[in-house]
Amino acid sequence: MTFRKYLVLAGVTLCASIGDSLLSRGMKQVGNISLNHLHDLILAVLNPSVALGILLLLGFFASYMTALSWADLTYVLPATSLGYVLLTLIAKFYLHEAVTTSRWIGILLISAGVGFVTQGPALTHHPAKAQPLERGCEPASAGRNDAGRKHESQAMENKR
Amino acid sequence: MKQVYAWSAIAAIVLASTTGDVLLSRAMKQVGDVGALWRQSGLWTLLGRVLRNPNFLLGVLAMTAAFYSLLFGLSWGDVSLIAPASASLTFVTNAIAAKIFLHERVDHRRWMAAVLVAGGVVLLAA
Repeated sequence: MTFRKYLVLAGVTLCASIGDSLLSRGMKQVGNISLNHLHDLILAVLNPSVALGILLLLGFFASYMTALSWADLTYVLPATSLGYVLLTLIAKFYLHEAVTTSRWIGILLISAGVGFVTQGPALTHHPAKAQPLERGCEPASAGRNDAGRKHESQAMENKR
Repeated sequence: MKQVYAWSAIAAIVLASTTGDVLLSRAMKQVGDVGALWRQSGLWTLLGRVLRNPNFLLGVLAMTAAFYSLLFGLSWGDVSLIAPASASLTFVTNAIAAKIFLHERVDHRRWMAAVLVAGGVVLLAA
């Protein structure tokens, strides 16, 4: 994993949680939309918070797709779940909502899950579909043979 | 009856979003490393390759189905049940689906992460 890739994961987390918060704030400013006035839903995008929220959610989708192009789904989803923690912290410190003990335990569990998954490899290596390897992306299995190591060092040489 | 509709919606959300995530993940693996492709061929080639990928289009369709299932669910059940139940179950079903359909190496570390995050999401909404 390179610094650039961690930035993409941070982009997924930040864009999703801040985008959701902005959409929520914007829609509260717009007010309730009744089924008889559905066209108000289109005008809602003129609200600055809603517009910025939509832009950030587009940024979320772009960074999510980028992350999925070089990392496993089972790596990206837990690794970017810190957004839930961020949303709770925004609710606590920015919106001044009460955060209960069970929510703090929830934050601890999510953080532990993120810690678990980010210590492992980001991508499953399929030998049949050999891709350029990258240090840190190789599965950390103890049973890796010499051919695998040779392949990895060759790939590193090629990268240099 | 309300509970049946709410849990049917949760099942539909979980199924549709898991299908969408698996299809989008497969599509992006077929497209290749986005950063490298952008540098080599430019943004328009990259966008063309992504938008022409059938798995990507099906994935977006499945995600749309998940979104409308969420709206349906919210009209029958409380957001405090629908949102955390569907989000946390999706973490676990994604791990199962990724192992079966994407042949990802879901080791004990990833299982622990999926279960911990799923539990954490439930507690956040409690």
